Amino acid sequence: MSHKYELTKGIFKENPVFIIMLGMCPTLGVTTQVSNAIGMGGSVLFVLLCSNIMISLLRKVIPDSIRIPAYIVIIASFVTIVEMVLHAFVPSVFDALGVYLPLIVVNCIILGRAEAFANKNTVLDSALDAIGMGIGFTLSLILIASIREVFGAGQITLFAMGNFSGVIKIPVLNGYPIRIMTLAPGALLLMGFLKAFFEFNTARKAKKEAKV
Amino acid sequence: MSYLGIVITYVFVSNFILVQFLGLCPFIGVSKNSESAIGMGLAVTFVTSVASVVCYMVYTFLLAPFALEYLRTVAFILVIAALVQLVEMVIRKMSPSLYKALGIFLPLITTNCAVLGIAIINIDEGYNLLGSFLAGFSAGLGFTMAIVLMSNIREKLDTAPVRKAFKGVPIAFISAGLMALAFMAFDKGLLTNLGLV
Repeated sequence: MSHKYELTKGIFKENPVFIIMLGMCPTLGVTTQVSNAIGMGGSVLFVLLCSNIMISLLRKVIPDSIRIPAYIVIIASFVTIVEMVLHAFVPSVFDALGVYLPLIVVNCIILGRAEAFANKNTVLDSALDAIGMGIGFTLSLILIASIREVFGAGQITLFAMGNFSGVIKIPVLNGYPIRIMTLAPGALLLMGFLKAFFEFNTARKAKKEAKV
Repeated sequence: MSYLGIVITYVFVSNFILVQFLGLCPFIGVSKNSESAIGMGLAVTFVTSVASVVCYMVYTFLLAPFALEYLRTVAFILVIAALVQLVEMVIRKMSPSLYKALGIFLPLITTNCAVLGIAIINIDEGYNLLGSFLAGFSAGLGFTMAIVLMSNIREKLDTAPVRKAFKGVPIAFISAGLMALAFMAFDKGLLTNLGLV
């Protein structure tokens, strides 16, 4: 396997959210605003990268029988670091993410990558795998959050910078938002339709390949 | 908030699955038949109740007096992992029949968002010991209710003419969305009307 493959597989082929279906709780819980999705994606990317590197470095030291508790402690330490940094520098994102931030510890993506990849591969490959998976996760979150916020609130919330207030209003939808999309049922319905689309896409591709 | 208010909040108003999305992985993964759904629900209820009490005590008597609040996440996840292991051993020794019913679900529960979630929510909301226990127990109850309802729907869906792309997980999500829609009737106004806030 080439290094490039390790980096890019997380974005489409093994996308953690739509294909492997891991880490659903934060995916649906925080995607009411695009800025929250970016905050969550960034946090997961950081924790995933650090824990994958750390676990890969320690893969010959950690005894096999207690590896899961060891991984959890490593992950929890990095999550605590992220919590403190966000609390100090972007309190608005920290408040919006709420309980979902400490819950990164039990996000199946991170433990899953540690168990399935980092404890068998070199540090470089593990880091590339983490970056790819992290970007795949972030992009999926941004996709879900954009759809939910555009239809549910008629706007896109980003971070305020200089003259830019951080909110882009969408003309027509802003006046007549479909509120349900930002609420819980909208998230579940949207996830169902997106998953169906991905299944349809995979089936179509398989059919095409079978023909050729 | 009164104790009855806590129970109604976590069973209905902020149901862990349908409103807060905590514990969604087992909800989709283990809801294919009603027997295993009941097993999973009971196991989760048991662990959330015990974990709420133990985590509350660890936080109040061990972390808070030494100003170690920032170690909350690390401490809670270790407590929960150890607790699940302990519960598994105790059940295996005490009641082999219960172990047979719940055993396979217990290892999955360590990484269930619902358990760590309720432990953290208890601290954030500032519940006392009894409040934490009730919150944990009713969160588990709400989870059980949602997963059992879901498993019954999915048993029916197996024989329904569903489009190929929607079969399995996608239609399960859409059904859950419709259930969540019904649960929107239980909002915070309900608690105010009952005078429980």
